[in-house]
Amino acid sequence: MDGRPELDRFLRTDPRDVGCAQAMDILHIYAELASAGGPVEEQYPGIAAHLRACGPCGEDFDGLLAALRDQGPCGP
Amino acid sequence: MLAGTGPAREAALARLHEMLVRIARGEVGRRAPRLRLAGPELDDLAYQAAADALIAITGKLGQFRGESRFTTWAYKFVIFEVSAKIGRHFWRHPDVRLDAEDWDRLPDRFGFDPAHEAEWRDLLAALRRAVDDELTARQRRIFVAIVLNGVPLDALVIELPPTATRSTRRCSMPGVSCAPR
Repeated sequence: MDGRPELDRFLRTDPRDVGCAQAMDILHIYAELASAGGPVEEQYPGIAAHLRACGPCGEDFDGLLAALRDQGPCGP
Repeated sequence: MLAGTGPAREAALARLHEMLVRIARGEVGRRAPRLRLAGPELDDLAYQAAADALIAITGKLGQFRGESRFTTWAYKFVIFEVSAKIGRHFWRHPDVRLDAEDWDRLPDRFGFDPAHEAEWRDLLAALRRAVDDELTARQRRIFVAIVLNGVPLDALVIELPPTATRSTRRCSMPGVSCAPR
């Protein structure tokens, strides 16, 4: 049934999820690696799980990625 | 240079501030289409976020461990400040009441196919019973705000009274996997 996977995903918790505090603490490391095309999901599966589950943290990650992209590969 | 004193430090702070403003404006612009913000309000928000990020960064220089570029670490503060300010801004111009319920929104929000209406109506009825019977009053209020009414979580945490377990800025929602410290 359409929508059921989304509802199911919403109601479940990934046991690997590290939570907001840890994700926020190293978001800069994760984002820099992601922006360079590195294996973030492999290296930080708990952060990846959290960013999939947490809207605000996911939004912050998207924002940081966008900032890194706009500044170019080597930054200012 | 930022940890030093004198004109060199002032110049470094000015360059950093300029960079933070640029990032803040970019982030506010990126989120703006989803907000009821325009023109001068967007700029105000960006400048405030950059200023507060600069204070946070200079206060936490000792915490930078060199695991990323300094700029990436600094940008993170700006992004967090923009988030926080947008959350506070939501309540100055709210689209919804915190306690209004609209279960009819859920089919659209989860992309339910009208061709399977009978099935998802049963599912939603079961979900509603679970929300009414299984959640605490506080959990139910949070569920209604976030799931039914689309209140951003960053905005909701500002509005709700604090609890002993809310040790991070966003961990008060059942189904949101935020492990407390």
